[in-house]
Amino acid sequence: MLFFVARRLLYLVPVLIAVSVLTFVIASLLPGDLAYVILGDQATPENVAALRHDMGLDQPIWLRYLGWLWHILQGDFGRSFRTGQTVLQAVSERIPVSFELMILAELIGLAIGVPLAIACAAKAGSAFDRLMTGSAFGMLSVPTFLSAILLIYLFAVELRLLPATGYVPFTEDPVANLRFMVLPALTLGLAEWPGIMRVLRSDMIAALQEDYIALAKAKGLKPSRILFVHALKPSSLTLVTITGINIGRLIGGAVIVETIFALPGIGRLLVGAILTRDLIILQGVVLLVAAGFVIMNFIVDMLYAVLDPRIRHGHA
Amino acid sequence: MSGALLSVEDAVVDLPTPRGNLRAVDHVDLAVGAGKTLGIVGESGCGKTMLSRAVLQLLPKKAKLSGRVMFNGQDLTTLSAEKLRKLRGRSLAVVFQDPMTSLNPVLTIGTQLIETIQEHLELDLAQARQRSIELLAAVGIPAPEQRLAQYPHQLSGGMRQRVAIAIALSCEPQLLIADEPTTALDVTIQAQILDLLAREQQRRHMAMIIITHDLGVVAGRTDEVAVMYAGRVVERAPTPALFKQMRMPYTEALLAALPKLDVAPHTPLPAISGRPPDPTRPMKGCSFSPRCRYSAGRCTTEKPRLSPAETQEHLYACFHPIAAGVGA
Repeated sequence: MLFFVARRLLYLVPVLIAVSVLTFVIASLLPGDLAYVILGDQATPENVAALRHDMGLDQPIWLRYLGWLWHILQGDFGRSFRTGQTVLQAVSERIPVSFELMILAELIGLAIGVPLAIACAAKAGSAFDRLMTGSAFGMLSVPTFLSAILLIYLFAVELRLLPATGYVPFTEDPVANLRFMVLPALTLGLAEWPGIMRVLRSDMIAALQEDYIALAKAKGLKPSRILFVHALKPSSLTLVTITGINIGRLIGGAVIVETIFALPGIGRLLVGAILTRDLIILQGVVLLVAAGFVIMNFIVDMLYAVLDPRIRHGHA
Repeated sequence: MSGALLSVEDAVVDLPTPRGNLRAVDHVDLAVGAGKTLGIVGESGCGKTMLSRAVLQLLPKKAKLSGRVMFNGQDLTTLSAEKLRKLRGRSLAVVFQDPMTSLNPVLTIGTQLIETIQEHLELDLAQARQRSIELLAAVGIPAPEQRLAQYPHQLSGGMRQRVAIAIALSCEPQLLIADEPTTALDVTIQAQILDLLAREQQRRHMAMIIITHDLGVVAGRTDEVAVMYAGRVVERAPTPALFKQMRMPYTEALLAALPKLDVAPHTPLPAISGRPPDPTRPMKGCSFSPRCRYSAGRCTTEKPRLSPAETQEHLYACFHPIAAGVGA
C-alpha cells in the first residue's frame, strides 16, 4: 500500500511540471505585452523597453519560465501589479468561498443522486426508474444560469426566504453565511445530481447482474445488505471518479454561479484577472487550480485502492 | 416420491426472448431424498442450470415457472420472499460454476463467510469468526485464519471454489446444489473438489444435486442420475443401473463423447454431430431425433414419454431404446 502511494505520488511530478509549462506558455502567448498593459497607452517606447528589461521580459521564454518556476518553488507566485496583492494572498482570500461552495454543491448532488440511483437500479425498468432517468436527462440540459435565476425568483423574490446575493465569511456569522450559500450551492447541486445518478445507476444495474449477487441472494442475505454492500461498493468506482472530477472542476470556482450570486470566489478572481489583463495573477491562479485538480485526482486514485482491493494489490 | 426432501413436480420454465418464447425447462419431475445425491447431466443449454435456479427460486425476473418445487413439505413457488430468504443459505445452499465471479471481489473472504453465518445462526462475531476458520480448515484451506482477511483475487481458482463450498456448508444445509462446480477449474483440481464435496456430503448427511455436462463426474459419486436434453429429462436411473445399461441413445452419445486415454494419438474426438434444437421452436417429435442414429418412424412425429421399463427406477424417453447387451 505504501509502495502504491509512493508510486502515485511520483507520477504527480511530471504532471505538475507539464501543467506549469502549459500555464506559462499560454499566458505568454496571450496578445499584448505586459509592459504596455502596466504603463498604459501613454507609454513611450523607452519606458516600455526599460520596464521589459526590469521584469526580464526581454529574456528568452525558457529562461523566464525557469525564473518563474524558481520563484514558485520558493513559494513566490508573483504579485499583482494592479492591487499589489500577492497571488497567494489573493487565492487564500478567495479559496474558502469556492471551497465551501464546492463542498455544499457536491453534498447536495450526492444527497439527491445516490439514493435515486440506488432506488432506480433496484427497480430498473419500472415507472419510477423511467421517470427519474427522464428527469435526470432533463436536468442535465438546464444551464446553471437558468436554474440560478429560477431559484432566486422562487426563494428570494416570491418566498423571501433567502437572500439573492452577497456573502459573509463563515467565521463571522455561520448562519448568515449558510443563508447566502444555500441558493448558489443548490444551483450547482441541481446540475451535479443527474450525472451522479446516471453513472451510479448504470453501474449498479450491471453489478446486480453479476454472479456474486446471485450468490448473495442464494446465501439468504437481506435485500438491503445485497443492495448497499454487495452491489454499491463495487459500483462506486465511477461515482468516485466523477465526484472527483466535479470537485476538481469546482476548485477553479464556478464562474457563472459566483458571478450571479456575487460570491467573492476563485472564479470571480480569475474573470477579474482576465478582464484587467492581470497576467501574473492569472497564471498563478491557473497553476494553483490545475495543481488542485491534479491532487484531487490523486486522492481519487487513493480512494480506488480503498474501494477495490484488486487495485491495491496491483492486479487490475 | 413421498418422503423426498426435495421434489420438483412438472416444472416448466419459460423465458421470453426477442425470438419468441424459450422453454428452458419442459415438464421436469425430479426428487432427492434426505442424504442422497442426484446428478443432473446434459450439454450446455439443456436447461440444467435453469432447473437449479428454479429450485432456488432465483430465476431471472422475466422467467415464468409453473409446477411445484416441494422442499420439506413446503411449496417453494408459493413461499413469501422473506420465508424463502430464511431458507436460502440456511437449508438450501448452492455452489456456482465459476468461483472467479461468484465471490464478491471487494469483500474479504471473512466478510462473505461471516455474513452468511450471522444471517442464519444466532452467533456473535467472535463465534462466527471461529466457525468460519473451522469451515475453511474443513474444506482444506491452509492457514485459514489469515485467509479471512484476504480477498478472492488473492486465492487460486481451486481455493476460491473451496471458499464457495465453505460458504455453502456454513449453516449445515439439508440440500446443496453444486452447479458445474468444477467446470471452471484445472483438471488436476477437479477431482479434489469433487472428492471434497462427496466427503462433506457424507459427513453432514446432506442431500446434494450435482449438475454437470460430464458423465464421468457423476459416475461413482451419485445415487441417481438424470440426463437432460432440450429442457426435458430423457433418462433417469440409479447410477449403477444407468452405467450398466443406458437405454437412451443420447446418454450413450454423451458417454461416447468423453475423451479417453487409451485411444491412438490423433484420433478425432467422438462428438455428437449436429446441434441441440432451437429451444424457441418446439418440436413435434423427440427433440434428439435429428441427431440420433436410431431415429425412425414416429420419432419425428410423436414425443416419447419418460416412463419406466424393466424396473420402476429406470426411466427413459425413447421409442428405440438401446437393447440390453448392446450400446457403448
